[in-house]
Parts: sequence; structure tokens; C-alpha cells
Amino acid sequence: MLRYRRPAPGTQPELLHPPYVSSIKRAPTQPLIQLPHTLSETTGPSFSKEIVPPKGFDLTRQHKGEPLGERIVVSGRLMDEEGRPIAHSLVEIWQANAAGRYLHKADQHDAPLDPNFTGMGQTLTDEEGRYRFVTIRPGAYPWRNHYNAWRPRHIHFSVFGPAFATRLVTQMYFPGDPLLEFDPIYNSVPVESARKRLISIFDWATTTPEIALGFRFDIVLRGRNATPMER
Amino acid sequence: MGGETTPSQTVGPYFSIGLGWLNRGDLARGASSGERVTVRGRILDGEGQPVPDACIEIWQADADGKYARPEDPQENSPAQGFLGFGRTPTNDRGEFSFTTIKPGSVPGPHGRPQAPHLEISVFMRGLLRRLVTRLYFPNDPANAEDHVLNLVPAGRRATLIARSVAEDPRVLEWDIRLQGEHETVFFEC
Repeated sequence: MLRYRRPAPGTQPELLHPPYVSSIKRAPTQPLIQLPHTLSETTGPSFSKEIVPPKGFDLTRQHKGEPLGERIVVSGRLMDEEGRPIAHSLVEIWQANAAGRYLHKADQHDAPLDPNFTGMGQTLTDEEGRYRFVTIRPGAYPWRNHYNAWRPRHIHFSVFGPAFATRLVTQMYFPGDPLLEFDPIYNSVPVESARKRLISIFDWATTTPEIALGFRFDIVLRGRNATPMER
Repeated sequence: MGGETTPSQTVGPYFSIGLGWLNRGDLARGASSGERVTVRGRILDGEGQPVPDACIEIWQADADGKYARPEDPQENSPAQGFLGFGRTPTNDRGEFSFTTIKPGSVPGPHGRPQAPHLEISVFMRGLLRRLVTRLYFPNDPANAEDHVLNLVPAGRRATLIARSVAEDPRVLEWDIRLQGEHETVFFEC
């Protein structure tokens, strides 16, 4: 039986991060107890392609018309820390529209909804761990965390990987966004080099002439220890 | 090249847009055997206020203690159609519920059996990483020997064990308290 490696210190956010005000009443105060990895943690759900809607990867083709905004291709690889591809694994995304508005009753930002944009996508990675979405670049939007708080443009990602232990929900940001340095959620990751892995890379290889700019976002899930379980 | 693990970020307040399509509150579907139970509860924040914008995910074995996953090396695969995965959001009152079957015992460290349990992930605005916890079943004699429960200080173990509801043996109650006197035990997974 293999176990998954614990993340290096400072490469994941602390649960309590007071600049992100919502964490104050919601982060546990007692120390977490280290959970040994058993079959319950080293297995996890797998999803068949039958459950994934065929248009799930293309957020610009889910309605009668085209959404407003700058069309983009977001693609990358899902892999482990050794660079091994994680094949046939579910990737879910959600995002605001080009005006920075979510199709959600709790979003009261005074910006227009787009009748041609839901902002939801899902796909399975291929044999090489690759995924690809077509969408529009989400807008920045205000939130009430602090005075004049604005979230940088981002796309939410949810990935499973092979095990309960590898489950990850994160956010992808865009290169050169001036709001990143002021964002408490992005800055909740203490180590700068780790934080920067959340920023996608502009990618000529997937930029499609006359159609869309390409952004590359590779997602790395925990690798496994080669050390066998103690007997 | 791989490199280090991608950092986690919060699901934020609008996750239902992206995660709601896979809500699955009936895990018993596809199970050929097992004792059917409904688990219901609330998620409460540090002020005891219900959390209306949270989501939990469940991962569990079938009634024979077998996971629906090729990596599970145990023989006798689970019934066709049993997935072992659930996802359910809280409602406006911070309540969640799901129906499932009580799993069998799964092997633990040193080959010793673990008490029947569900693996639980908790997601919400305000959580920069998911919270991981386990749900155990009341009055199961195996709880006393379970290696994970025994890692938990005795005074806090009860937060991981669902309560029976007197009027209906098929219903269990289990609240998730993020902070406070009866804060639920959470794990570094």
C-alpha cells in the first residue's frame, strides 16, 4: 500500500488567514489530527465519460447565442509530483461572465448577466492527463472583504485525481493581473513560488488564429511515497 | 516534469454553478446489500450560526468493505452501479442530508480492520482548503478498536460518531461544528 506525500511547509494556504475575513469564523481552531493513509484515503471516486455532458468542455456553446467577452482556450495537464499523467479524471470549472457577474442568486454585483453564459464546465482528462476548455475571459468583480476589494480574474477548478487524498479545489488566475498583489485569497499561500503556480501562462501553442487566445494551466496533485506501509 | 502540488483555494460562495450538476444525495443507489441509513445534520460556524453555503462530499465502501475503485486490491468487487460517492450542499438553514448504506469494515494499518466509516470532505466560502473528517456509526463495537478514533483525544471522539434518532432507527444525526466547545475533529489528510 502506498501513501500520499504531505505538502511541503508553506505551499498550501493556512486555514485561518485573517485578511480573508470569512476564514475567521469558519477555520477550525483545534489542531488537525494527522490521518494515516489507509485504503479509505488511497482510493477515490472515478467517473465515466457517460456522465459528462458532451458540450461540457465548451462554455461558449451551451446556449443559443455566443456569450459576450474575449474567447479563450484554457488547457493543461493533470499530473502528479513526478510528472506522471492522471488520465480519465474529472475536471470541473466555474466562473463569472465577462462583466464579472456570476449566474447565482447570491451575486448582487451591479453588472449584467449574459443570457448566453452559464459559467459551468466539466470534462475528463485524456490518456496523457490533458484537458481543454473553451470559454471567455472572466471579469474582475468587487467583494466586500475589505474597502475597495476586487477579486482578480479567475476560474475555479475542481479535480479529483486517483484518491480521496488527492482531491483538490483551486483557482486559476491570469498572468499580469494587477489585482493579484492585493488579493487575500491568492496571497493566503505563504510561499511565493507555490502561489505563482496558480497563475496560468499565455500559450501561443493553443492560441487559435482568428478565434481565441490560449492559456495553459497545469495542475499538480500529490505524489506517492515509495515507502511501503509499516507492517 | 511535475513539481510541487498546486495550492488549494476556496470554493467561494458560488460553487453551486460548477458543482451542483453532480449533487448526489442517494449513495445507496446501485448497492445490492447493506443497511440503509439517512444521515442528516447541520453545519455551524464559530458563532453557532448555520452555514447555508457549504457542500460536503462522501466517499465510502460498500456493505462488504469494498471500494468501487480498481486500485482496491480486495477480492469480490462491489455491486455493479455502486459508486460510493456523494455530494450534497447545505440549504438556507445550514442543513444537509444524504441516504446511504452502512459500509462494511475496510482494512487499516497492520491489516487490522477499521470500524465502518465514511470519508467526508467539507467545502465552503471561508475555507481555503477542504476540511477532512470521518463519520462513524453509533453503537458499533468496532469503534472501540478503530485506529483513527484512537488517535483522537477521548473527549473529542463523540464529534465523529453519528447519533441515533429514537423514533427512527434508519435516521442518524451528525452536526459539523467548525469551532467552539464541541468543534468537530478534522484531519490533515
